[in-house]
Amino acid sequence: MKSLLMLLLIGFLINPAQAAIEAYEFDSPEMEADYNQLVDELRCLVCQNQNLAGSDADLAQDLRRETYEMLQQGKSRQEVVEFMVARYGDFVLYRPQFKSSTYLLWLGPFLLLVIVLVIVVRRLRAAAKPIEVDADALADARNLLEQDEPVNKVESDK
Amino acid sequence: MIRFALPLAVFVLMVGLLGYGLRLDPKKVPSPLIDKAAPSFSLAMLEDPSRKLSTGDMTGQVWVLNVWASWCVSCRAEHEVITALAKRNLVTVVGLNYKDKPDDAARWLEQFGNPYATSVIDSDGRVGIDWGVYGVPETFVIGADGLIKYKHIGPVTHESLEQKIMPILKELLI
Repeated sequence: MKSLLMLLLIGFLINPAQAAIEAYEFDSPEMEADYNQLVDELRCLVCQNQNLAGSDADLAQDLRRETYEMLQQGKSRQEVVEFMVARYGDFVLYRPQFKSSTYLLWLGPFLLLVIVLVIVVRRLRAAAKPIEVDADALADARNLLEQDEPVNKVESDK
Repeated sequence: MIRFALPLAVFVLMVGLLGYGLRLDPKKVPSPLIDKAAPSFSLAMLEDPSRKLSTGDMTGQVWVLNVWASWCVSCRAEHEVITALAKRNLVTVVGLNYKDKPDDAARWLEQFGNPYATSVIDSDGRVGIDWGVYGVPETFVIGADGLIKYKHIGPVTHESLEQKIMPILKELLI
């Protein structure tokens, strides 16, 4: 029983996701930071809810290598992003670019917020405004309330 | 009246959008390469690695590039469809042998038949990256003008051949 538990524990310690990371050497800490940011923000197309950094797929490995080599050649982060978008489309970007086709995506939440704020403010104003009542009708109602006798006696009440 | 009409309208809109979303296949990422020039390559042929095929050799004709590998199970499923397409002799069908071992690839073709005019070797998958390949099998239709006209992701079935690929080929070949 104990050895079985030990085996299970060892199984948890060996994490396949950690085993996948290649050891790349960078010329400068800036380049390493660029690399880490890129593999963090680029999507793996095989396992679509993972970024390149977190994926063990073959294609993710290849794209990490491609990213590393492009940076080593002195390409900028923007150039790597353009390279990926040209081949795989905007879908590779976890942080979409700000352009005409993504205006709604970026500005939509703020637009919704503005709409909701307008509705809330209008409602609050309407609630705060005193209700306008016809003065004659109000006097009538007051008279009725002050009368001792009910105006319409209900037949079944006797 | 508007108290009911507005929530109902929002509800109907949401159901419509979600219903549309359900019908989409998230695995199919539209290629940005459609109507763009086919990325060029010059790769060794599987049959004779001393000879090379380059995209330049194909200009002026309509052709199909089928990305396959011996390790790819669904390539086996689509193989008869690709064979059927090649047998019609309408277009040149070129294979891109993606991240494969040449020996395995040759054995695979021997076993299942070779429908390709030629297969070129992309052993490290670099040409695959240029073509935006992310799931084998993939099939591209390239026009005589050298532009990519259509990309099929996943195995080509007889239905998708007749309904999607053939109409495009017919239009290109007129």
